[in-house]
Amino acid sequence: MPRYFTDEHEWIDVEDDTATVGITDYAQEQLGDIVFVELPEVGKALDKGGDAAVVESVKAASDVYAPITGEVNEVNESLEDEPALVNTSPEEDGWFFRMTIGDASELKDLMDEAAYKEFVDGL
Amino acid sequence: MSDADTIDDLPGELPLAKLPLDSWHRARGARMVPFAGYEMPIQYEGGGIVAEHNWTRESASLFDVSHMGQLALKDAPDDPGSAARALEKLLPGLVTSLKPGRMRYSLLLTEAGGVIDDLMVTNTGPHLALVVNGACKWDDIAHLREHLPDEITLTHFDDFALLALQGPKAHEALAKLVPGAEALTFMTAGLFAWGSGHIWVSRAGYTGEDGFEISVHEKDVGAFADALVADERVMPAGLGARDSLRLEAGLPLYGHDLTNNIDPVSADLAFAISKKRRDTGGYLGHQAIMSRLADEADGTLALRRVGLLLDGRMPAREGAEVFAGDTKIGTVTSGGFSPTLQRPIAMAYIDAAYAREGAALEIAVRSKRLAATVSPLPFVPHRYFRGS
Repeated sequence: MPRYFTDEHEWIDVEDDTATVGITDYAQEQLGDIVFVELPEVGKALDKGGDAAVVESVKAASDVYAPITGEVNEVNESLEDEPALVNTSPEEDGWFFRMTIGDASELKDLMDEAAYKEFVDGL
Repeated sequence: MSDADTIDDLPGELPLAKLPLDSWHRARGARMVPFAGYEMPIQYEGGGIVAEHNWTRESASLFDVSHMGQLALKDAPDDPGSAARALEKLLPGLVTSLKPGRMRYSLLLTEAGGVIDDLMVTNTGPHLALVVNGACKWDDIAHLREHLPDEITLTHFDDFALLALQGPKAHEALAKLVPGAEALTFMTAGLFAWGSGHIWVSRAGYTGEDGFEISVHEKDVGAFADALVADERVMPAGLGARDSLRLEAGLPLYGHDLTNNIDPVSADLAFAISKKRRDTGGYLGHQAIMSRLADEADGTLALRRVGLLLDGRMPAREGAEVFAGDTKIGTVTSGGFSPTLQRPIAMAYIDAAYAREGAALEIAVRSKRLAATVSPLPFVPHRYFRGS
């Protein structure tokens, strides 16, 4: 299943007509100890680049943006009790939400893994 | 610390200065951020803020606080005690009664009673030593120079680093390097031999734990820091942990919980206004302070700094509004997640009528209202060493 990345350090896995979204290992490393994740409500319509979630580390609150347009159809409820999953398993168990793919053509604006790695190395 | 630095971080400001230990921090994997005009370590590789915070509460951490201003006032020639008398005209606390080796927390005030800075004053014997906030030091120097007689010499020890060694094992680690320093009690200080020179050691700090602040010449500070962290009880810690520790300890941060628009009575720092000087006055801001104390006595004080314990896990940050029902009654000035209590905590200025322990309030964070309870400060008890 193809995985894409944004320059805001979100990852997005696409499987059929559903996408799973989280933040990258690089992002969690920059944020440090995560103490709370505010997830969107199921059914919420997201616009590409719009606010989707908020990650609270010990020091600061950071916005997580929707990588594409669509509607939230599931959130990772494990994060409620164990927000540190974002630190320990950012790109697997620490996923944030699943969403529909409103416009598949938006995916081609995103980076693949090699392009994202190059982007992070340049930071 | 993302907004802590904004006052010093405006475009057009001077380039950031480097700490004497800059390369020492980088060699230990520090993440450096702008703060108070310096590049400073916010956390080190391998641990993270929570690990550094917890280590400080359990063992001992080494913080570099060399951004702070280390100043000294010397008596006018042939006029012993003149520096203390002159400084006392700018502070609401007693300085003339401060014995050699003793230190006191105090405040520089405006005529209107606003806090210009909070600071530590120590009688070192030969002079009065002041430690002031890094972000305020240039303004403090200007204020002191403007108000002190020309005969009082003001020296800025900008070639000295300042390290804070904080935590329940700090005294054991320091005693190994500097025998005798462990005999100091909270808010006392002294000169000790180390290496080929001397260091100035104060038993004080900003974490709520027992600990020391150590003034070392910049040429010696690398070797001294190396010797401290060679002790397995000591790990370096950054500004991130320093901020979460001081918040748990209920200690205000200048520029956030204290500003020149806030008076010490509203800030719940009336302990720094000495009983004697309430009667005698004779310091800048006295009239305004007496008005605020009268307001407090008759229940008409407008605002009061309080601690707030939040329900749930979502923190409220600086700037969040505080509500009693539908009425906005205040604003959060510092807030975050407490690693020790495992829940969010905050300090806020609220309508003094609600500033009673247990008052049930709400804090607006984005679209949510978080339940919060007025809680006594500190959130985590202080563990200062006052003698065995």
